[in-house]
Parts: sequence; C-alpha cells; structure tokens
Amino acid sequence: MAEIRVENLHKAFDQFVAVEDSSFTIANGEFFVMLGPSGCGKTTTLRMIAGLELPTSGRILLDGDDVTFNRAAERDIAFVFQLFALYPHMNVRKNIGFPLKCQGTPRGEIRQRVEETAKLLRIDHLLDKPVSGLAGGDRQRVALGRAIVRRPKAFLMDEPLGTLDTEFRDLMCNELRQLHDRIGATTVYVTHDQLEAMAMADKIVVMNHGVIEQFGDPQSIYDRPASMYVADFIGSPPMNFLGFRSALEPGLREIHMNGAAIQIPEVRESQPECDLVLGVRPEHIGLDADSSLRGAVFGTEYLGTTQIVTLDTEHGRLKARTPANVALKPGESVGLSLRSHRLSLFDRDSGRAIQTALYGDADHG
Amino acid sequence: MAHSVSAPGRWGRRLAAGAVVFYALITILPLLWIFMTGFKTPQDSISYPPKVLFEPSLEGYVNLFTTRSRQTPEYMASLPPPDTWYEELVRSRDMVIAGPSKFGERMMNSVIIGFGSTFLSVLLGTLAAYGFSRFKVPLEDDLMFFILSTRMMPPIAVAIPIFLMYRTLGLSDTHLGMIILYTGVNVSLAVWLLKGFIDEIPREYEEAAMIDGYTRFQAFVKVVLPQAATGIAATAIFCLIFAWNEYAFALLLTSGTAQTAPPFIPTIIGEGGLDWPAVAAGATIFLIPIVVFTILLRKHLLRGITFGAVRK
Repeated sequence: MAEIRVENLHKAFDQFVAVEDSSFTIANGEFFVMLGPSGCGKTTTLRMIAGLELPTSGRILLDGDDVTFNRAAERDIAFVFQLFALYPHMNVRKNIGFPLKCQGTPRGEIRQRVEETAKLLRIDHLLDKPVSGLAGGDRQRVALGRAIVRRPKAFLMDEPLGTLDTEFRDLMCNELRQLHDRIGATTVYVTHDQLEAMAMADKIVVMNHGVIEQFGDPQSIYDRPASMYVADFIGSPPMNFLGFRSALEPGLREIHMNGAAIQIPEVRESQPECDLVLGVRPEHIGLDADSSLRGAVFGTEYLGTTQIVTLDTEHGRLKARTPANVALKPGESVGLSLRSHRLSLFDRDSGRAIQTALYGDADHG
Repeated sequence: MAHSVSAPGRWGRRLAAGAVVFYALITILPLLWIFMTGFKTPQDSISYPPKVLFEPSLEGYVNLFTTRSRQTPEYMASLPPPDTWYEELVRSRDMVIAGPSKFGERMMNSVIIGFGSTFLSVLLGTLAAYGFSRFKVPLEDDLMFFILSTRMMPPIAVAIPIFLMYRTLGLSDTHLGMIILYTGVNVSLAVWLLKGFIDEIPREYEEAAMIDGYTRFQAFVKVVLPQAATGIAATAIFCLIFAWNEYAFALLLTSGTAQTAPPFIPTIIGEGGLDWPAVAAGATIFLIPIVVFTILLRKHLLRGITFGAVRK
C-alpha cells in the first residue's frame, strides 16, 4: 500500500511532448483513474510510474521514496496490460505464480498463494488450463491474479477492459471495484472510457495533449468542469455550449442572450467584454412554456425513463434530457428553462472555466 | 451446395494432391538415384541401359571409408583368410585395405563447421534482432539495410579478397576460419528473419516480466526466447543448409585439416577410376545429418514459415 506522488513530470520524444509538467498525488488506497483520448499522455504517465519509461524531467515518489530512475522490478508495483500479456507457453497456474517465481519464493508458498488468489478471482477451476483457450473475461482475471498474487504497493492498469465486449466490461468493472474495496491497494487505472472512469474512480485526472485538464473526484469533474474540453469530454450527451458576449464583474448574477435574461451562479472574477460560453448539461434544461428562451424540436431519442431532445435555438443546437412522458413533435416550438445554479461559464478563447459561486473554492488544477 | 472460396471441391483437392505428388517425384528422383547408386557395384553403376533392378552391394560404402591398394595374385594367395566381410569384399577385387579414408574426418569437419557457424549465426542474429526490435537504435533503417546489403552480391564475388585475407591472417584451412566465414554470410539472414519474428512478440510480455522482478536479460531469456523458438528453429535450418552445402569457399579455402565433405566427395573419383558408388554413398551419408535436423525441427519450421502471416 502506498501513496504515489508525481511532481512536475515531463516526457518528450524528440520533438513531441507526450506529458507536460504534470503533478498530482494519489492517496494511499485510492482508486485513481487517468482519463483522456488516445495520445493524451495517460499511458506514458502510467509507464513512467511503472518504470517502463524514463521521464525527461520531474520526480516520482512512491511512499516518499524517489523511484524516478529505479528499475521496474525495484518498485514493487504490478502492471495489468491491455492485451493481458499472459505468457502463452505457461498454463494459468504458472502465469499467476510467475511474479513469485521471479522473486524466488519457495515452491510450497507459491502454490498456496496462487490458489488463494485464484479463489479470490473465482478462477480456481481453471488453474491447470492453458491460457490460450480462455475467454476474454477469464484471461483478464488471470492477468489480475498475476498482479494481485505478489501483494504489491500499487496496481497500475492500462485499459485492462479495452478489449472486452460491453457485457463483460460492465461485469469486470464491478468486479474490479469490488476487488479494490476488498484489497484496498492503491490503484492507478488508465482509460479513455468516461463511463468506466465515473463508475470506478475515487479520483479522476482528465488529460489532453499531455496536459492535465482537471484533477478531482468524479462528481466535481462532472458538475464543475474546469475547462470546455473536460465539459465536452465527460458526459453523454456532452455539455451544451451557448456563445454570448459580455463583460464580467464580481457579483454578477444575470446575463442576457438575445434578449433573454438568464440567471447564473454569482460570478467571482472580473473581465472586460469578451466572447464567453454558457455551459449547460442536458439534464439541466427543462421545458417551460413561459420562458423567453425558445427552441424548435429537431428530434427525440427515447431512452426509457428519459428522452434526449435535440433543439434548434438561436444560439445553436442543444440537447436536453427530459422525462420520457412529455410528447414532442419535430418542428414544435418550446420554451426552455435552465437550472440556474448548475450553469458553468467559460472563456471562449482559453476554454477556461470562469470562477463562480458554483465552483466555489473547489480544487481544479 | 454453394462453392466457397476457402474450401476447394473434391476435384480441386485431387488436382492439388496430384500436383504435389508430381513435384515430389521430380525432386526426389535424383536423390533416389544417388541412394540406389550407392548400393550398386561399379560395373552396375555405369551399365547401359541403366539398371533399376540390381543386386545390392556395399562395395561403394566400403570404398568410401577405406583406401585400398592393388596387389599381385601371388601376394593375395599368400595372405591369411580375411577377418571381416569388408576385407573379403575388397580382396575379391584383387585389392587389400591400406587404411581408413579421410571421409570420416571430413564429415566431422562439416559437422563442426556447419553446426558451429549455425549456432553463432543464430546467437548473434537473435541478440541483434532483439536489439533492433526493442530499442531505439540510431540509424536503425540504414543499419538494417547495410546488414542486408552484405547479401546483395554473390558471396563468391569476394572470394579472392577473402582468400588473400585468410592467407595473411593464417585462417586458411582452419575450422575457426570457416566458421567465421559462414557466420558472416548467414548472420544477415538471421538478423532479418529473427527481427520479423521478434517484432511479432508483443513487448508487454517482457515488460510484465520486468515489472515482476526479472532483469531485461532474464526476461529476454525466459520470456522472449521460448516464444521465438519457432523463428529460431526456422532460421537455424536455413543457416545450416547454407553452411552444410557450401562448396565454392570450402574448395578455395580448405585443403586438409578443415576440409568439409562437399569438396572432398568429388575427389573420390580421382582415386583409381570412376568409383560412382563410392561418390553416391558419400552423398547419401552427407545428406543424413541435415535430413535428421530438419525432421527434428519440422514442426517448428512449418509454423515458422507461416508465422506472422495471420494476425492473432
């Protein structure tokens, strides 16, 4: 069990900067998810924590010890690969026992610990099978077993569910989280799937182009996105953006868009007049016949209890999540109400979130 | 039933089988003829029309392994009765066995040089291929091209410089010299073949092993090598076949101590007339080690050649 601290980590491949000056701390026992699109530097960061890649500059501390340039084997961590990396020339038992064999553990103990681990993962009936015939989920369990059996300081997982089909993925998502709760080991998990991240994480770091966009727990990332990028990346459908121009000053509580007055959380900073963006999640748009903010229904997607309504407004196309029992016809004009205290404001040029009462003193690095 | 692209019909299969059998017959016929000639008497071996049915004799093999001298009938009569069947056979031709021939030694040379250079080529090739495959090597593409370019001309084109160099260095007619030469020729093939195989092995395997406590070298030996076994086997066979069969350099650079079997076998013809059965016997025995080696590695070879053809 360990705390992992990453300080000013920087990695460049020739001209290309993969990770730019990242710092964050993963608390002991935390399930930490690095989320971002492919090529955002999350895997590179993970590989640097593992010792498979050396940083250009910066430090990595494991339980207070500087391990930045230590060999992978000297860090006492376990890594679960996307492609599982099960050794095809060994059976399940040997695969799980391999890390112990590397460390020179006595045979009897290897046997005992492999069997305990297999029982924990419910694969004890597969122990003497070759790995080549296993189903995806079982392979994943064997790969996890190989990580768990050593009781390392931390688990690092690189999109471990990426190759599984949806059904298995949901199942393994649950299992992984339960496993984490039972073992309580610090886990760093890399994924591009926001649902996986939301479902499992204690803390999420959202990365883009090698830069950390936001660091926080799933709820604060969803409710208080630090940038337009995060707001767009998290949530399905993503946050709606409505452009407008205005000056900002502390205490401002209302903005005007094409004549419609919209209540917003109290602004905490001042800016001269500039291009701004109002961000609103689909579930924070309601239908209100009296509202001066109007839109025409473009289409609806029925999702059971809710429906996603696509609306054309003067400010662009919006998606709203409304109860499914409201019948709407394409072309119909509806009034829209926005849930004022859940709105975000962004600076259009930098994409940065404007400080408001909603954001409060929340940390978003 | 509709035709599918993957499964040929009954006639298609028969036609394919027929073609394979036909090809096999054509390639195996000369070998069969050599094998048969080895068991003929010298007269039978040159009779016209050629004899397909004949009374087998071991004279060719006896002649291959011995040197003999012709004696006068008086001397032959004065000898005690022969001790062994092969002495009897030789005496029936009015000759006595003077001693063993050099064939055994030459075969041994072939084994030492062939397997020695194969081992070295595969060893160096595997290490180089692993390095090229896994590390950022400066000028990697140029180096790989350079390695391949050593095979772009027929090796015999550099025979004279090599001959002169070997004479100066004292490597002429030594086992070491021949092993170095064949290794030099084969190592480029080995690097290229093995790089392909090692590229196919996901590097996660080694990374997993390195995280689990192995050093890179241990991970290479314990994790990469077992998975590259098919590639290594296929490469070893190609290298061995080249080194085993090589004739021109062996003829040029060896004459005694390190002479291999290929340049030796034709010299049998010179010793007392056209002894085709002895030559055929030599060729037959010469083929055996490589056939055995190939059969031992056959399973790997088949998988090796098709390795990487299909994405797993």
